[in-house]
Amino acid sequence: MKEFNYKITDELGVHARPAGLFAKEAAAFPCKITIVKDGKEADAKRIFGIMSLGIKAGQEITLRVEGEKEEEAIAQLSRFLQENL
Amino acid sequence: MILKGKSVFSGIAIGKLSIYKQADNQVKRQKIKDTKQEVQRFLNAKEKAKIQLMELYKKALKEVGEVNAAIFEVHQMMLDDLDYIESVTNMIDSQEVNAEFAVATTGDNFSDMFEAMDDDYMKARAADVKDISNRVITILHGSDTSDILGDEQVILLADDLAPSETVQLDKSKVLSFVTRHGSTNSHTAILARTMNIPALIGVEFLATANGKMGIVDGYKGELIVDPDAAVLAEYQEKKKEEEDKKRLLLELKGKENVTLDGRKINLYANIGGVADVANALSNDAGGIGLFRSEFLYLEAEDYPTEETQFTAYKTVAENMAGKKVIIRTLDIGADKQVDYFNLEKEENPAMGYRAIRICLQQKEIFKTQLRAIYRASFYGTISIMFPMIISIAEVKQIKEIIKEVKEELSKSGIPFKECEIGVMIETPAAVMISDLLAKEVDFFSIGTNDLTQYTLAIDRQNPKLDNIYDSHHEAILRMIKMVVDQGHKENCWVGICGELGADITLTERFLEMGVDELSVSPSMILRVRDCIRKIGLS
Repeated sequence: MKEFNYKITDELGVHARPAGLFAKEAAAFPCKITIVKDGKEADAKRIFGIMSLGIKAGQEITLRVEGEKEEEAIAQLSRFLQENL
Repeated sequence: MILKGKSVFSGIAIGKLSIYKQADNQVKRQKIKDTKQEVQRFLNAKEKAKIQLMELYKKALKEVGEVNAAIFEVHQMMLDDLDYIESVTNMIDSQEVNAEFAVATTGDNFSDMFEAMDDDYMKARAADVKDISNRVITILHGSDTSDILGDEQVILLADDLAPSETVQLDKSKVLSFVTRHGSTNSHTAILARTMNIPALIGVEFLATANGKMGIVDGYKGELIVDPDAAVLAEYQEKKKEEEDKKRLLLELKGKENVTLDGRKINLYANIGGVADVANALSNDAGGIGLFRSEFLYLEAEDYPTEETQFTAYKTVAENMAGKKVIIRTLDIGADKQVDYFNLEKEENPAMGYRAIRICLQQKEIFKTQLRAIYRASFYGTISIMFPMIISIAEVKQIKEIIKEVKEELSKSGIPFKECEIGVMIETPAAVMISDLLAKEVDFFSIGTNDLTQYTLAIDRQNPKLDNIYDSHHEAILRMIKMVVDQGHKENCWVGICGELGADITLTERFLEMGVDELSVSPSMILRVRDCIRKIGLS
């Protein structure tokens, strides 16, 4: 299992579009990918799941990756977070 | 009959009212035997919906730009959401119901979830979920939404309009949008702003309004149904004025601020927050001549962090895309009070502990702001100016602090650019030593409001003295001239950012004096430009 903590800097927070793009990226990996915010978890491959966390600017999230290709997944998805959110 | 609502875009529209009827997507629950085939029917409809959305995305891209078109991309992603698909297919499978019913129920459940979130943006997404569900249902029904508008231009009334509905509308037929629901973040609102037409939300109109004459007053947030002749005439007059203004805007946009004999002057905008930038740009500001940073402090409950400030400054610098942005550092005190500063009550606050005086005594507040500004400088062209200056010693102290800030940033490897440094000229003292100040700084910006108050010794908050508060007083005009002359001797450019800057009865005088820049409220830019272009100095 791999984890990556990230604080959202985008002032709009995790809006629908970035949530969708993120889900798309995540869906390309076979492993289980979860986003955790304040103890609430959501499947990172699902746009509605991510949106339901209501992640706002300045909030801390944890990306949790488990299973096949987790190394690649955490690397690519954490880069996505840093570049887009 | 006058109906109240909330305006999301100002302006006036006069025309026939037309109630938009949503495509009839009544869904009946039916028992299905072959659930496998029904699931396939859903999946096919979903794919077809995605193709439609792709087409809509392309259409919207051309009509309303990428930012507003993005929603159709999002809708495609939503249709691919596994939770959504699983919910529909499970329902068909386990309850043996038709696809239409499963989609409608799922759509309701998901939109309820968004509706319940404590975030206005997410709440508004409930409409998106309903929208994608309706799209799939329409396809399942085998019906297509056709254009509902006739040949006449109308004021469109609706419960709410989904983004796909607004894009499918023939925009040339819509004078204004009025909805019962919707939010200031809703797509109808955004679209109205993009189309530059008035729009209201939260208006409880009656079905009987359909076909009647109506007026939308986007300034007051009112819908007037069936106005009498006098009201109609009044609004026709207002509308004409508005159109004249728009014409002026079109004629003057992109034109130079140049007199008949070729003298140019910079025309910048005064803004009080990030949200004003759009207004500055749409009115063709050449830059931001006064960015009042107070809003960051006034809106907060505690000292705004470096990060918050950085984000605001960076956003403005980026949006102005290389055009000059002059940030005025904290100008709290006097008539602008903030609780957490715990300022003592003063007998004479206008002459008290305020602006740069606070910054130089509570250096940490000042340094936080300067660090944020310098970090943001990397993303555009930022200049910094300091309010309420009365002495050279203050300027030297400021420069010392700036030096510290820059050294700290360099040490941490944080990129920044050099910024032009200027002072506000708003005290008689600053005027009298402007020759000395000019040697220390890159520019002056004359704050005529305070300068008038201090020079004439008139409290500008006292209405009894309004009759002698004369901002055209010869003393003020001479001071401005003096500052321009002293500044120019030392290659210091001189601007005016007070209210006098927008006073078109003085524009010619200022040009004669050699003022280099006028910074005015965004809505005044084109009027001042119009004035400048009619002046011949020689």
